[in-house]
Amino acid sequence: MSTLSERETRDAAPHRIGLWHAGVVVSTKTESPTGRSIVLDVPGWGGNIAGQHADLRLTAADGYQAVRSYSIASVSNGDRVELAVDRLPTGEVSPYLVDELRPGDQLELRGPLGGWFVWTPSLPDAVQLIGGGSGIVPLMAMIRSHTASGSDAPFRLLYSVRSPDDAFFRSELDTPTPGLDVTWLYTRVAPEGWGRPPGRITVDDLAGSAFAASLSPAVFVCGPTGFVESVATALVALGHDPHKVKTERFGGA
Amino acid sequence: MAVISRGFTGRGRDHTPDLPPGQYLTADFPVLSAGPTPDIDTADWQFSIRTDDATLHTWNWDEIHALPIEDIDTDIHCVTRWSKFGTSWRGVSLDTLFADIETTDGFVMAHSYGGYTTNIPLDDLLGGKAWIAFEFDGEPLDPEHGGPARLLVPHLYFWKSAKWIRSLEMMPADQPGFWEQNGYNMYGDPWLEQRYW
Repeated sequence: MSTLSERETRDAAPHRIGLWHAGVVVSTKTESPTGRSIVLDVPGWGGNIAGQHADLRLTAADGYQAVRSYSIASVSNGDRVELAVDRLPTGEVSPYLVDELRPGDQLELRGPLGGWFVWTPSLPDAVQLIGGGSGIVPLMAMIRSHTASGSDAPFRLLYSVRSPDDAFFRSELDTPTPGLDVTWLYTRVAPEGWGRPPGRITVDDLAGSAFAASLSPAVFVCGPTGFVESVATALVALGHDPHKVKTERFGGA
Repeated sequence: MAVISRGFTGRGRDHTPDLPPGQYLTADFPVLSAGPTPDIDTADWQFSIRTDDATLHTWNWDEIHALPIEDIDTDIHCVTRWSKFGTSWRGVSLDTLFADIETTDGFVMAHSYGGYTTNIPLDDLLGGKAWIAFEFDGEPLDPEHGGPARLLVPHLYFWKSAKWIRSLEMMPADQPGFWEQNGYNMYGDPWLEQRYW
């Protein structure tokens, strides 16, 4: 009996749970008022493909530990890993990563994890990425993988953010990239003179800016639960095959 | 050599004996699913158990509601590390549904509307440990949380509690379901932290 997609399962990424690897912070960059990206050097990591995540472990001086999973923004065959994290006000780990962590600090990583919400350059289909807020992170890895590999699969990104200041990876996404088309959506505050009034993503946005269902694109949707739920439902209403719509949601602390 | 993260103090050192290792408590009810939420009309809904001799035992929405309905109060634990204490559900015990079923197979593949699958040993579905649940907190189960009905196997990580449940298929040997093919553990005991391969 076939499940969601046997082909993608066979192409699954090298998901490796393995051991905890000690990593050191190489650099951090403020991405938004609440988020930052963090580049780590993790000897023994061994690379990851686009869309995978990692378990990150912090250990306090008294031995107390906390573990959370984060999507990876980078793609490599080596030991560099870039994460991007949004601060959850009531969180235990994200405020530390966003406000406290600095170059030279140590933490541990395990993975890469996940073989479903992934993209590799061997996939020929057109790709529609739809991100809300920090849901851009695994999609950014797919964009970087697409660019680095020279894949000729057409890529489109719809990126919904509260305001221009809230966009992660702004300058990289504003740099024209062959084969990538980026559409910005603003939910609260749009730039001066922006044609579309601020508001949540609608069926019309998807009908106007996303690849049509008739092209049978592979669709990746990532963001808060409400965003993902409404986008995925709208995509199915527009005729997209539910089996070609992969979702990843985040919540919790 | 211990890796200490400078400046990290953390919280939550309170001893919480009901919290499995590596989990944190949440008051929310986060969602984990791999694709769009299917739209299922209870008029069309049915649930079946398929045994090794290909016999189908099927219940429609009215038939399953005519069976004894139990109140279930339980903690739930998601592999993405949140746990939620004291959730309340209503549904039909799998002991009731399996009462007239004979099988020599020891494993079950749960199939959902939308194509999701997950594998569970039969022993983990019997003995008051699993239900077909259709109410949460006194209300019909939301589609995004698996409505109209989901499998509820709360002693395992919650991905085993298949949303939008459609059928259980008996299997002579354990086979991986959807997340189990994509990196998650075959069994998924939260107390042993069986998260991944």
